[in-house]
Amino acid sequence: MDMLAWSAVELAAKIKQKEVTVKEAVDAIFSRIEEKEKDLNCYVTLEKEKALKKAEEVQKKIDDGTLTGALAGVPVAVKDNMCTEGILTTCSSKILSNFIPTYNAEAVSALERAGAVMIGKTNMDEFAMGSTTETSAYGETKNPWNENHVPGGSSGGSAAAVAAGECFFALGSDTGGSIRQPASFCGVVGMKPTYGTVSRYGLIAYGSSLDQIGPLTKNVEDCAAVMEIIASHDKKDSTSLKREDTDFTSALKEDVKGLRIGIPRDYFGDGLDGEVRAAVLAAADALKEQGAVVEEFDLSLVEYAIPAYYTIASAEASSNLERFDGVKYGYRTEQFEGLHHMYKKTRSEGFGAEVKRRIMLGSFVLSSGYYDAYYLKALRTKALIKKAFDQAFEKYDMILGPVAPTTAPGLGKSLSDPLKMYLGDIYTISVNLAGLPGISVPCGKDQKGLPVGLQLIGDCFGEKKLLRAAYTYEKMRGDFGIPAFGKGE
Amino acid sequence: MANVISDETIEYVGILAKLELSGEEKEQAKKDMGRMLDYIDKLNELDTTGVEPMSHVFQVQNVFREDVVTNGDDSENIVKNAPEEKDGMFVVPRTVE
Repeated sequence: MDMLAWSAVELAAKIKQKEVTVKEAVDAIFSRIEEKEKDLNCYVTLEKEKALKKAEEVQKKIDDGTLTGALAGVPVAVKDNMCTEGILTTCSSKILSNFIPTYNAEAVSALERAGAVMIGKTNMDEFAMGSTTETSAYGETKNPWNENHVPGGSSGGSAAAVAAGECFFALGSDTGGSIRQPASFCGVVGMKPTYGTVSRYGLIAYGSSLDQIGPLTKNVEDCAAVMEIIASHDKKDSTSLKREDTDFTSALKEDVKGLRIGIPRDYFGDGLDGEVRAAVLAAADALKEQGAVVEEFDLSLVEYAIPAYYTIASAEASSNLERFDGVKYGYRTEQFEGLHHMYKKTRSEGFGAEVKRRIMLGSFVLSSGYYDAYYLKALRTKALIKKAFDQAFEKYDMILGPVAPTTAPGLGKSLSDPLKMYLGDIYTISVNLAGLPGISVPCGKDQKGLPVGLQLIGDCFGEKKLLRAAYTYEKMRGDFGIPAFGKGE
Repeated sequence: MANVISDETIEYVGILAKLELSGEEKEQAKKDMGRMLDYIDKLNELDTTGVEPMSHVFQVQNVFREDVVTNGDDSENIVKNAPEEKDGMFVVPRTVE
């Protein structure tokens, strides 16, 4: 019995049927972690004792019928930018190296109420700024498919942990592709929900108007099950939406007949790797065979998404990260002369290069004399990009394309040229600007054996359509496997 | 490179950003920022006359509530996170002589 090859939903069902216990599941995960973690570094913090204690509590509640949900008893990993009560939360930054939150992020509370067992906090790019998980102050995470490659980012630890069997599912956050891109690079499913669907309460903010929490899972069914649990209206998040349609698992049907799918020509131009293109177009053909109506169209404005995004995200980051000043929590420099010097020195020593780069850029574009030319210009561009999507969704139920232009780059290849790294976000970033939902589903491997992801983008509130198409595709594709386990049992 | 960032600009942005950059970091920041702004200048190709800046995709309204404490007093644990605390307060370097 190789429990680790089971999906989260399968595991929960077997726990309910008393084939395995919650403790056995947690033990299996920790022996896997012991075996793989020294090579992969998926986690910043592991909480074995707490997890085992929790397992006992959850088992009792499952046995007495209080916990009956689809993920009760399942071990979960949480990205280290979500607050966890009494558990270190670092954002993979030195400046939060000793921060112990006094409360849980709402998404974490939701999982807890559903009986999921949190086993640790996953590694990420510092403050979610990066596309490789190499900007972490706690070492890079490696891609479980090939340890010479990055797992993607910023939710690289979460994606790698799911792919390596070091957890059954994970939470990530997506500001410009940070769930979908690592999911693609690690061969797992990742969803960025419509903005406002999952509460951001307790998510340490990067770009508040763009950030969304979402699941990283082994398959589409797990993705829908997690979505159903974490989507909720929350008074503690003023941008939280009231949605009635969060019964996401009802969308798990093999049926794409008549579904109108648009393929933006602009997503298949220069810069797209040939093997990625072939895998993604093959997936489109597969959906067509099942009765979807697939056609090409011009989305337009694609090349303006990255400059608009980096202006807006950096501006918001410079404001959001002002709170890290060495007073209320986290790191404080040792030697200083007066209050302002303490602030500056603390921040300069506490933040890494990429974070400082974005704070500087953000401060500049918001500064007097440049605010209109840069920041407002970017917000106007955002309005045009949103309009381009609105027009596309008048004709199509969803948009299909690649997640990233290439498969996972080699370790150490990306950080020397930040702008080039930013260009890798071209297919994911506009989804955040327009507040749309997007899902990444594995659709093939390149010659090196590295996974390729298929991206489906929906109109606002279109998650169910995305899940239905992704589920249909996944059933046709067959098992993708996880590294070292090969095909699931 | 079209955007040349002066020493003065980097100094000024450093003050706004509350960052103290080393000489080497400043030089790198000048290069990085110039290159990013060159790239961002691409947005000027777009005619955005009459387009309202969109900060949020959905209509966002202020959410009001009564000013009543609902989450209890956790001040003891909260100040525990401070680098320095005294009698339930955050300690900062002296600011008034």
